[in-house]
Amino acid sequence: MIVANQKPLNEIWGMVAPYRRVLIVGCGTCMTVCGTGGEREVAFLHHALRLIESKSDQSNHIFSEYTIKRQCEPEFIEMLAEKIQDKDAVLSLGCGIGIQAIAERFDTLPVLPGVNTSIIGMSTMQGVWLEHCVACGECRLDETAGICPVARCAKGILNGPCGGTKNGKCESNRDMDCAWILIYKRLEKLGQLDKMRRYYPMRNFQVIPRPRRLIKLVAGGNGDGQLSL
Amino acid sequence: MVNSLFEEKLNSSEFLITTEIGPPKGADISEMLYLIDLLKDKVDAINVTDNQSSVMRYPSLGGCLLVKEHGGEPILQMTCRDRNRLALQADLLFAYSRGITNVLCLTGDSIGVGDHKEAKPVFDADSVQLLKMIHTLESGKDMGGNDLKGIPGFCKGATVNPEADVIAPQLIKFDKKVEAGACFFQTQGIFDVAALRRFMQYATRFKVHILAGIIVLSSARMAKFMNENIPGIIVPQNIIDELANVEKGKGLKKGIEIAIRTIKAIREEKICRGVHIMAIGNERVVPEIIEAIKVPSPL
Repeated sequence: MIVANQKPLNEIWGMVAPYRRVLIVGCGTCMTVCGTGGEREVAFLHHALRLIESKSDQSNHIFSEYTIKRQCEPEFIEMLAEKIQDKDAVLSLGCGIGIQAIAERFDTLPVLPGVNTSIIGMSTMQGVWLEHCVACGECRLDETAGICPVARCAKGILNGPCGGTKNGKCESNRDMDCAWILIYKRLEKLGQLDKMRRYYPMRNFQVIPRPRRLIKLVAGGNGDGQLSL
Repeated sequence: MVNSLFEEKLNSSEFLITTEIGPPKGADISEMLYLIDLLKDKVDAINVTDNQSSVMRYPSLGGCLLVKEHGGEPILQMTCRDRNRLALQADLLFAYSRGITNVLCLTGDSIGVGDHKEAKPVFDADSVQLLKMIHTLESGKDMGGNDLKGIPGFCKGATVNPEADVIAPQLIKFDKKVEAGACFFQTQGIFDVAALRRFMQYATRFKVHILAGIIVLSSARMAKFMNENIPGIIVPQNIIDELANVEKGKGLKKGIEIAIRTIKAIREEKICRGVHIMAIGNERVVPEIIEAIKVPSPL
């Protein structure tokens, strides 16, 4: 799931203040689940902005709110077409994709980001997500006991632990497990330590010529499933 | 083929001593030049650190050039933290062209431990891949598969931590570094000679040269600071206690004593090929340590 953090209220107000009529748009998928930009958070931000506005010397704003199911898909974004007609700006609480998708559809409308999109995260407990995938485009989790060194090692190195690991923790953050110690222990349990003895060459960054495009062969589509430029 | 004077010495039976200097924070190289002149004839090679602990400094390549120009034998420390494969290869070609032919291949400390915490960590390669990269250059090709005009050759080194708390994965990495072409290793700081002995029982099966890292401590506070802040360093409690029990201002003297004691033990027992002295800001005392261990030991 994509996980984001709402921006500080002051920063949001700084972006919003120049526009009189602002539509706050939530997203019903990832941003709702991670408690950052769903219906509830949109309503909360709406009230907070009204409050901050009432205490400012710019009290002519008209805020409104609307949450669509997914900001990353055109058919849902289309539902905004009517809502934005009389607006000066959209404040999106969608992830970076959602914000840009709205900007692309409504090309004369300023779209402001209400969140900092952070990670592709795995939920480990209420309110905690860990970045266990960086979408590198070259998955080799079969080789590393299902633990990704690219995402979970601070250096993303491929040939075993660096010299900085101590008590099974990472040198860059002593609260964080060393991914390579985890990989070693799990490979040992699986009887696959030979996988750690193999040499892994440098990553091929050509698989991520940014920005990437994924064209999949889906019903009605004609892609080849390759990740490409 | 022998690629450097240091490699020639590795192939001899001498007990080798290397040391290292950290370049300055700034363009004033006078202190570094003083240390180069002080140390160049007393050691077999001088490492120059590469933005050590992720703290931005004068470059290791520039420092090595000064060592070379002043008649010393430099070991270029090269980390993968700050340069991608193009920059690493370019620097290696430059180093070779100027007679800097010993390279210590390191992954590099995390950006977060240093003084530019907001910088982008590169890590296009890791230490094993850097060794392989050099091997590729030595075969006359670059990492893009293109032919080189003028083929470099290096004496390649790497590091290992014999005192790592979980040793098995470190040994797997050590094996990979050997396979990737490392011919010498300078270890992380050794405080427990028994741990070095255990490591050497493992390492002697490989045709590589091990130089035991010797850190010159100057106080119990420094030892504790290093334990908490310097990646990979584990100063044991008995050493910290030893430093804590001396009079104020005598810490460095005690640190020198511990270093001499450790080196003598390694040398007398012929545990490994030599030592690598890391004085971390107190490089001026390195000649004193070398003088003390010169006293002929019963070989």
